[in-house]
Amino acid sequence: MSYFSFLAEHGSTLLLGTVTTVKVLICATILYVVISMVFGLMRLSKNPIIQGTATIYIEFFRGTSLMVQLFWVYYVLPFFGISLEAFTAGVVTIGMNFGAYGAEIVRGGIIAVPKGQWEGAYALNFSPAKRMKKIIIPQIFPIILPPAANLTVELLKATALVSLVTVVDLTFEAKQVNSITWLSAQCFGTALIIYYIMSRFFLVPFLRWLEVLAARKVGKDIF
Amino acid sequence: MNAEWRWDFAIEILPQMLWATLNTILAAGIGYAIATIVGLIFLLGQRTPIKLVNIINREVVEFIRSTPLLIQLFFVYFVLPQFGITLSAWVCGMITIGLHFGTYLSEVYRGALEGVPKTQWEACRALNFTTLYTYRRIVLPQAFPIAIPGMGNYLVGIFKDTPLLSTIGVAELFHAATAVGGYNYRYLEPYTLVGVIFLILSVPAAMGIRKLENSINKSQGKVKN
Repeated sequence: MSYFSFLAEHGSTLLLGTVTTVKVLICATILYVVISMVFGLMRLSKNPIIQGTATIYIEFFRGTSLMVQLFWVYYVLPFFGISLEAFTAGVVTIGMNFGAYGAEIVRGGIIAVPKGQWEGAYALNFSPAKRMKKIIIPQIFPIILPPAANLTVELLKATALVSLVTVVDLTFEAKQVNSITWLSAQCFGTALIIYYIMSRFFLVPFLRWLEVLAARKVGKDIF
Repeated sequence: MNAEWRWDFAIEILPQMLWATLNTILAAGIGYAIATIVGLIFLLGQRTPIKLVNIINREVVEFIRSTPLLIQLFFVYFVLPQFGITLSAWVCGMITIGLHFGTYLSEVYRGALEGVPKTQWEACRALNFTTLYTYRRIVLPQAFPIAIPGMGNYLVGIFKDTPLLSTIGVAELFHAATAVGGYNYRYLEPYTLVGVIFLILSVPAAMGIRKLENSINKSQGKVKN
């Protein structure tokens, strides 16, 4: 069987899986961005309870493996009466896990805003909320976007794990097709290429565009 | 099925889990050892003055870095036998992890080499040192401290990715937990124990790396934060 007839026969199945992967990617990305913002700010709070909560959250999610968390959420939480659908469980776990990494990036970004900006905001007698919202946050994007872009590519790769909790994504479909046809090279090879194309030609250019946009917003030219 | 945590069951399975933890640590160690060497090979490919090698090297690194480790594992495990190469799950897992993280480590090495100020190279040129001598006595001693935090982070990263090996049947911690859970039809304790063991091992490791990083920065006269 040539590769093209393989693609003609099973290409649509793999593409269907790709759609699910993209869905997981988008939902998890939104969740992780929100979580990293919230916990990144909490991590810098002066209130020890808020700061402690954020630190424990971050250390917990960064300290255990994503796959363990995923299995725990999907197989153990139902015993406590919380049954999540496979898709939801996957998105929530990935989002929370990457949110912990993202929070550290946000924290680093806020710290990296030049001190003069903080002092300027103090001098103008801005309230802490206004200082953050109007002065500091808009400036962190050029700093946090490059590492956040790396993290998002990692997230795309991590979405493959949701196949292990029965989400029918690209990896799951590739495994399925493999178990029917036993053409492993074609199945997994195609899946690898699809992931590569998604990351190299869609995700990375998009994130790069965001970086340029953010840099331009604060008047920095990165070229 | 009730959600109550049963201490007797947890303690009963603990020895089995701890034995499996040794396998996990072993897998992470071997995988890391391979990755450090693979990283050096990719670094060489990147720094050779031949343009074609550079391009191929970069594309290979890009490809490995932007595809999921899970499918790479499947690929190596299921495809190699089709070409008559039958390797055990252990060997497959180690090769894949080594390759995957080797690409990351090559970036760490590159960053470290580029972190050595250019003036150091120029001074060596001015003193007429050979390239080998420049690397051995001037550049590498300065690049190594820069590389340590990144290298440490990926060691922890590999450790946290070892559960993936259970998907191809490597008998490490997660595999043991699934087996125990399936046998007794209780997943609460095994999976929770896995999480706790991971926390106990990786949080102190990450803290240690952070400490090391700080002390290196201090010894080099750089102050962080």
